[in-house]
Amino acid sequence: MSTTESTPDQVETEVVIDPNAVSLTINGKTVAARKGELIIAAADRTSDFIPRFCYHPRMKPVGMCRQCLVEVEGPRGPMMVVSCMTPVADGQVVHTETEQVKKAQEGILELLLANHPLDCPVCDKGGECPLQDQAFSHGPGESRYVEEKRHYEKPIAISDLVFLDRERCILCDRCTRFASEVAGDPLISFTHRGNNTQILTFPDEPFASYFSGNTVQICPVGALTAKPYRFKARPWDLEETQSTCTACSVGCATVIQSSRDQVLRYQGHDNDEVNWGWLCDRGRFNFESVNSEDRFTTPLVRVGESFVPTSWSSALEAAARTIRLAVSSKGANSVAILGGARLANEDARAWAMLASKLGITLHDAQLDDGLSTEVFNLPQATINDATSATTVILLSPDLKEELPVLYLRLRDAATKNRTRIIEFTTKASGLTRYAWKSVNYEPGAQVAAVNAALNDTEIAAQLGKGNVVVVLGRANLAESSDFTAQAYNAIAAAFPAATVLPVLRRGNIRGAATAGLTAGNNARSILTAASDGHVECLILLGADPLSDVPDLDLARRALASAHNIIAVETFPTASTLRADVVLPAAAYAERGGTTTNLEGRVLPLSQKITARGTSRPDWMIATELAEQLGADIDVESIDDLTAIDAPSEILQVLSVVGSSAPERNSYDLRLVVSRKMYDNAVSTVTSPSIAHLSIGAGIYLNSRDIERIGAPVGKDVKVSASSKSVILTLHADDSVLKGTAWVPFNQPGTDIRELLNADDLIVDVRVENLS
Amino acid sequence: MTSTYAHAPGFVAGDRPKIVTSRFEFADSYTIERYLATNGYAGLRAALSQPAASVHDEVRNATVLGRGGAGFPAGTKWGLTPQEVWPRYLVVNGDESEPGTYKDRLLMERDPHQLIEGCLIACYAAGLSRCFLYIRGEMALAQERMAAALNEAYAAGFVGKNILGTKFSVDIVLHWGAGAYVVGEETALIESLEGNRGMPRLKPPFFPAANGLYGQPTIVNNVETLANLPWLLCNGSEAYTAIGTKTSPGTRMVAVSGHVKRPGVFEIINGVTTFRDLLYGEEFCGGIRNDNKLKAFVPGGGSAPWFTPDQLDLPFEASQVGPAGSMLGSGAIMVMDETTDIPAAALTLTRFYAHESCGKCTPCREGGTWLERILTRVVEGTGTDADLDQLVEVGSSICPGDFPHASNADLGLAAVPFPYKMTTICFVGPSAYAPVHSALTLFRSEFEARVTTRKRIPVTAAASSATGHAS
Amino acid sequence: MSRLTDANVAIAYEIIGRYPRPKSALIPILHLAQEQDGYVAQDAMKHIADLVGVTSAEVFGTASFYEMFKFEPVGKYLLNICGTMSCALMGSEELMHHAEKRLGIKAGSTTPDGLITLEHAECQAACTEAPCLQVNYRYRFKMTPAELDTLIDDLAAGKLADEIPSHGVLATVRQHIPADRGVGAVAPEKVNESPEWLDGKSAL
Ligand SMILES: Cc1cc2nc3c(=O)[nH]c(=O)nc-3n(C[C@H](O)[C@H](O)[C@H](O)COP(=O)(O)O)c2cc1C
Ligand code: SF4
Ligand code: SF4
Ligand code: SF4
Ligand code: FES
Ligand code: FES
Repeated sequence: MSTTESTPDQVETEVVIDPNAVSLTINGKTVAARKGELIIAAADRTSDFIPRFCYHPRMKPVGMCRQCLVEVEGPRGPMMVVSCMTPVADGQVVHTETEQVKKAQEGILELLLANHPLDCPVCDKGGECPLQDQAFSHGPGESRYVEEKRHYEKPIAISDLVFLDRERCILCDRCTRFASEVAGDPLISFTHRGNNTQILTFPDEPFASYFSGNTVQICPVGALTAKPYRFKARPWDLEETQSTCTACSVGCATVIQSSRDQVLRYQGHDNDEVNWGWLCDRGRFNFESVNSEDRFTTPLVRVGESFVPTSWSSALEAAARTIRLAVSSKGANSVAILGGARLANEDARAWAMLASKLGITLHDAQLDDGLSTEVFNLPQATINDATSATTVILLSPDLKEELPVLYLRLRDAATKNRTRIIEFTTKASGLTRYAWKSVNYEPGAQVAAVNAALNDTEIAAQLGKGNVVVVLGRANLAESSDFTAQAYNAIAAAFPAATVLPVLRRGNIRGAATAGLTAGNNARSILTAASDGHVECLILLGADPLSDVPDLDLARRALASAHNIIAVETFPTASTLRADVVLPAAAYAERGGTTTNLEGRVLPLSQKITARGTSRPDWMIATELAEQLGADIDVESIDDLTAIDAPSEILQVLSVVGSSAPERNSYDLRLVVSRKMYDNAVSTVTSPSIAHLSIGAGIYLNSRDIERIGAPVGKDVKVSASSKSVILTLHADDSVLKGTAWVPFNQPGTDIRELLNADDLIVDVRVENLS
Repeated sequence: MTSTYAHAPGFVAGDRPKIVTSRFEFADSYTIERYLATNGYAGLRAALSQPAASVHDEVRNATVLGRGGAGFPAGTKWGLTPQEVWPRYLVVNGDESEPGTYKDRLLMERDPHQLIEGCLIACYAAGLSRCFLYIRGEMALAQERMAAALNEAYAAGFVGKNILGTKFSVDIVLHWGAGAYVVGEETALIESLEGNRGMPRLKPPFFPAANGLYGQPTIVNNVETLANLPWLLCNGSEAYTAIGTKTSPGTRMVAVSGHVKRPGVFEIINGVTTFRDLLYGEEFCGGIRNDNKLKAFVPGGGSAPWFTPDQLDLPFEASQVGPAGSMLGSGAIMVMDETTDIPAAALTLTRFYAHESCGKCTPCREGGTWLERILTRVVEGTGTDADLDQLVEVGSSICPGDFPHASNADLGLAAVPFPYKMTTICFVGPSAYAPVHSALTLFRSEFEARVTTRKRIPVTAAASSATGHAS
Repeated sequence: MSRLTDANVAIAYEIIGRYPRPKSALIPILHLAQEQDGYVAQDAMKHIADLVGVTSAEVFGTASFYEMFKFEPVGKYLLNICGTMSCALMGSEELMHHAEKRLGIKAGSTTPDGLITLEHAECQAACTEAPCLQVNYRYRFKMTPAELDTLIDDLAAGKLADEIPSHGVLATVRQHIPADRGVGAVAPEKVNESPEWLDGKSAL
């Protein structure tokens, strides 16, 4: 199966004079290659497949399995070399199919199979297993191994998501290399020696990596299996299509695999510009949510306190009536739209066209939890620009938590010494270990921190060395985004040539913004208007303000005061409970189109299964609603929505109000609220395999602050700001800056948003012993 | 600890030049006092009085062959390091574990200062700014002696900052392993020194001279190789090359064990002394025990293909031993007399290499154990003749093509010269097969007498008919 | 006990300080842990992981590669009888059988009183003195079954306590680099000049 072993997309190169070009022959055929390239990689561009197990194009070769032996002609006759560690050379003559090579390959395969249990009929990998396939194509046929095979306890759980069957393992070092080299989580290792070599975790430290699913994908046998997929299907029953993950805005290339109209698995696909084949575990395993029983399957209308299922035509009619009434009675400005970042580009365009047709100007795809979409108008950088930049400045949330595969790409650049990272952060992040400089600041003080750094001679010298990319996003939901904007402007003033990689995290926020569904940072004014009773009709496009808006009180008041709410959603949420009409939307994998990732790259979304129940793609809902409203937007099919959006104006700086943070009372701690990879996001909670991986609500303090406060770690403490307080469990965490308190956002348990107020520039909390 | 030297190996026999064992006769040979009283650190002084490059020239001119196994000249190896890449390291290979090999441990236990001085000379000549002395884990006494000697040498100003008041500064760091034969292989040694599993790296691209410890240029030299340097610097390359032959100058230490009258470690003349001299010479082993007949011997450590009496007159000269089908390796001869149970003897070596496989390459990890299992069956009398063919088949998956062996007049065999082709990264895999191949080729009848034809004896019946002890 | 004691942590730091990269100190510090507890305890590995800045899985990955590290308590004395070729030729198998009979245990196990763990060993670089063995890595050469009996008696009677420390202790002398004499370890990326004594000339 092609997806388990996808090779990077090849970039077409013109035949210009290139000092690095070499030419070799493989089985008599001339092959053009580049200096330093490996024979196996060059051969992959020909029709001559060299069998392999340990080689993986995205990891350092180890030459471990010895399966890829070939002959290279040398001065003293043909030499047998491993093609995965031997670089090409000009004039090199390579044979991959001589008798000697075949004999060697058969020999290795026989040896690999010697201790292999051959339980293919009950193995998840059966049917897509390189060992099985190559045994068939390059193997000796029958095994002469009559000895007792190695025995190990059959699959052991090495993490919440991954099982390991050591009897099947062929010790190729792929999973372990991935863990240490790519993910930076060396929690699995070879142990013991020789014939007893095996893969293991440390006894009580599981392979708790955000990227563990990749090891399952790259394992060339069925030794590693993923809990959400185990025994679900046989590979030959699977159908697949290429798509893009929208669980965050990185835009990782995926392959959606389904059987009998059920999504069964996502696999990573290698996109050279974006994900290099990797996925994070949230993106990989949240496919379960698509199949969830909780989905809306039919339109609903409110009758008193409850919802009544209804037909699309009556639901659309009800929705249209509400909108029409609002516009006619209070004007187009009494209708507001929140959300849209979950949608495909085409959906977003359809809604934007409808909004503009109706004259609705109140719309925002963010929920007061990002940065102004002006960031998309700054001079832009791509992911590859960032990973090849001399210096990357991080003015962003913890990428490992929020944009996981971007973290992998930047980590790779930093560990290979290509790029130096200068990080500004309130709390040690995933990239702190790899950063050249990590500058801590208290919330609100980032401008000062940036200015100080720019005046540091060593940092200034580094920034002067070459191109600079600023990774820009919202690091803290408990402070005004104005501080980050100011800090960025300071960098832009000092280094006008710096480019920006905007990291707003919602899946298709950039597509929604480009389509015109959002402009600036309107959510707060929309919510304020609603809470003041000025919104007659609030349309929620896959948005759940009650869960996501930082100022919970504002969200509550807004939803209580909006006269009518129309929710276009896939799942019941806190906010849909308040809706008057629910229009069930088709989910990921149930609709096609395109999505735009954080770089502005337009990527394909594919439909693989039929939409659940009667749910429909959002663009269709918008179109039909337009029809009902008599506001024809002239859309017959999704193809009418593929228009290229007009290029937007280029800005040099972000708009700022110039707020400055007040002094902190030394008894108080300045609050940082940020996201973890696993939280109460709908697609996570409705995916049973990952739902329980959230760390839960709690407050994390530096141990020196804990000592000063004298509060008990592991026990509940009272956390108060202004006149409000919440109870949270106290944890010690020295990655938290002294003088600050960190609370993860949107976790099961007490909601920290009780303490957040949209008007506060920063939030200072007092932590007190309960007893 | 009186018993340690109760059976001191017999290296004092004869009136031969002693380059590395000159102090062994003194009971206190390991102390700095004895060392200084016997021309100690004079080689270092001689080196420091000349530019580094001329010290290097001296070593190059002397053609000091590496004593770790591969026999590559030290001076030439140092010259392979890329210029202008700093820092560069010296790693001393004191992991001595090749079956039959016993010399480096003696050099470390009995004359630690000589090794320290050798390290210093190498570092000075090749611009190596830090030296790691890797001693095999199981050698507690060698570790102790080296630690004590280093402490003495630091205190006396021979090691550390501004040695003997010059600009030459180097630390020698004592490091020790924890029991893994393969770590003797230089790239595995480097992995181990980096705190990793001792799995060899593939050469290329990881030639230590260019890409070694922490990715820096690194010289790996054997203990004995370095122990030659103090004498060389005191006496000059001409005196050195006056001993031995042009291609194999100087002396080398050889351990002869097994069925000889006086097993021992001897400092012999390189290129000149023959196997017959060693096994039968009165100044060496004095013949086979009980005046038995010699059946076979392993000429260069457990990895080497075997010789029979036909090869006794070969000298210790790589250019003659290679074409004859084996190698000199680590200077270790294991002697088997006529009473030896050949399949059982081969099994002790195959078991060793199978057990010591690092597990990295499939052929070695799986093939070594498979060989061991089949051979065990054969030795226990439960094998079939198909097993004998299978041994060769598995062997050819590790080493495709002709495998080297000695000539044999009785069998009408012509020699297949060293080396072999291999599908593995290092020589551990092939070494599991080498004894099997030698034994099967030279003593096939002994195997055939042990196996039944074409059918397997049920395991229960096999147990009662089990025979076979080594010797 | 299992985390390193304060005194051992101090030694560990001294050892770490000798290497350009802390992980290089892993094996020596694992020995230190084994010296402390007689084996390498799980908590010790976690502690060591912290000390050298790697994960526990990496510590165990390295440690389990090497024969000498024991992850469960072994006898006070580890009796390793060499069984490789030279010793086998000279009768090591008989010696092993004798040891098994005398101790009443199979190779690979420990006497019920916890005194002796018996193990098969590979070539101990004393082949000319075959058959040989080590007790806690202290040699006994050209052993006969009778000498083995005496050795076991002596161990049981505590007669060899001075010569043979309990399992885990290797060298009884540690290297110590005096602060005023040591050059010090520097991470390789911090060095980009030729050593002073070369006077700017290239090395070779
Ligand atoms: C499997 C294997 C084991 C080895 N063991 C040792 C050893 O124990 N001691 C040693 O000095 N060299 C050993 N070598 C050789 C080393 O790789 C290396 O060639 C040697 O240390 C270089 O030093 P020299 O040039 O001074 O001989 C071994 C090689 C192999 C392939
Ligand atoms: S578990 Fe799979 S990926 Fe890991 S080493 Fe074994 S075969 Fe390779
Ligand atoms: S990084 Fe983002 S786009 Fe990539 S797999 Fe994870 S959630 Fe999906
Ligand atoms: S040949 Fe054996 S010991 Fe050598 S690298 Fe391969 S597996 Fe390891
Ligand atoms: S693919 Fe080349 S050795 Fe495994
Ligand atoms: S064979 Fe036993 S010490 Fe070498």
